[in-house]
Amino acid sequence: MILATVAQRQALLERAHSIAMVGASSNPLRPSFTVFSYLRTKGRYSVVPINPTLQAIDGIAAFASLRDYAAVHGAPDIVDVFRKPSEVLAVVDEAIAVGAKAIWFQYGVINDEAIARADAAGLDVVIDKCLKVESARFDGGLATSGLNSGVITSRRKQ
Amino acid sequence: MASLEGGLGALATASGLAAQLCGVLSLAQAGDHLLCSQNVYGGTITQLSVTIKRMGIETTFVPVDDLAAMRAAVRPNTRLLLCETIGNPSGTIADLHALASIAHDHGIPLLVDNTFASPYLCRPIEHGADLVVQSATKFLCGHGTTVGGVLVDSGRFDFGNGRFPLLSTESPGYHGKVFTETFGEYAFLMRARAEVLRDVGAQLAPMDAWLLLQGIETLPIRMERHVANARLVANYLRGHADVAWVAHPDFADAQQRELAARYLPRGAGAVFTFGLRGGRDAGRRFIDALELWSHLANVGDAKSLVIHPASTTHSQLSDDEMRNAGVAPESVRLSVGLEDIEDLIWDLNNGLRAVAAGATVSA
Repeated sequence: MILATVAQRQALLERAHSIAMVGASSNPLRPSFTVFSYLRTKGRYSVVPINPTLQAIDGIAAFASLRDYAAVHGAPDIVDVFRKPSEVLAVVDEAIAVGAKAIWFQYGVINDEAIARADAAGLDVVIDKCLKVESARFDGGLATSGLNSGVITSRRKQ
Repeated sequence: MASLEGGLGALATASGLAAQLCGVLSLAQAGDHLLCSQNVYGGTITQLSVTIKRMGIETTFVPVDDLAAMRAAVRPNTRLLLCETIGNPSGTIADLHALASIAHDHGIPLLVDNTFASPYLCRPIEHGADLVVQSATKFLCGHGTTVGGVLVDSGRFDFGNGRFPLLSTESPGYHGKVFTETFGEYAFLMRARAEVLRDVGAQLAPMDAWLLLQGIETLPIRMERHVANARLVANYLRGHADVAWVAHPDFADAQQRELAARYLPRGAGAVFTFGLRGGRDAGRRFIDALELWSHLANVGDAKSLVIHPASTTHSQLSDDEMRNAGVAPESVRLSVGLEDIEDLIWDLNNGLRAVAAGATVSA
């Protein structure tokens, strides 16, 4: 199912625990590194890089493929994709093969065929959104940056 | 503020002009061009035509109701189209939808200064605007206590369309990040905050933010009364023999009334001008005779304010620039407050009597 609403994305973030990040980079200037670090500091997720060119990011061992990841950790709750749109069909096929529950396409990672295939296979699909931004929407970080979270609260941030 | 304007996010700044500067500098650099309504705040005209021009960014000013001229003035290096929902002080209402079409046809965003309407009377983003600025000093604050500004982004404009290299190429001011790639739809807001506001240094102070929030809590209640009182004052002045003209949208031409009905269905604000018979001297005598109305350059205060633009808010402009901005020497600007309408009219009546008496003396 394509998760088009804020409530659907919130529910996904609440039920997920394991995130396999395909295309994660160890370069601090790359968006994927920022998202990786942010999700790790939140503490509630197991976040693991999937990148055949890397040994590890911040001491977290990288896997060359989703299959290698699944052999150790089982099926991931979310496959978070930082790849060129032209490269993501193969990622979707692998995500389906290892039994991933959801696939998350980051900003600009838009491939209609890949989206349709993941949707048809029963995965939850998020398109053209950032996992860090959506996570921050619900824990107050977005509002701290002056961004409209859609949540109006009278509570002081803890 | 982002919620009130229906935007993706917002940036609070030390003033409305600071918000506008952050908007401009997030998109334009030396060699670029801006297009701006001619019917805008005098401070905007000087900011663009003097200070920003010195940075190598040129601005063309076009009457906001001349859509053909506006379209013709767009250049290949134009980065932004600016206008005010309700022009200060002329009261000219901008055709937001038409201006947004012109901007979008050329791949540039429309920035609307929504100060005179406040989001209670108009939400420009719903009419095609991409960016909104507010001088929060005015109706949002509501009590003349605080200077502040807000810049809001709708999140709808594609800043990765190739015309905005400041957002879509590596930024030396922010670790070489490409804002459109890293932040997606948040690219503009993140650059405006993390790079431009940081370097300009015009952040909103915490105490000022708190004071402005007190005002925003009562915005809808105040706006209803502001609009109702303004209509009654305009009607009174229109019936007075010593008043030459009243530039309230209720008495404007059919086209302006149609724009008011479309964009400002709850009322076209509470700031308008009128002209005294007798010109510049009459304006001075009128203001000197008032007791209740405060002689102040601010607008949007709970109390009623009056000013003579030719000798104050627009005194930096040449006669031609002043006329282009819709200001005549005899025009008096009112910001109608929340007081009892009988008191407001009693005071105006005394002012007009003083004008008549002065005219008799000088004759």
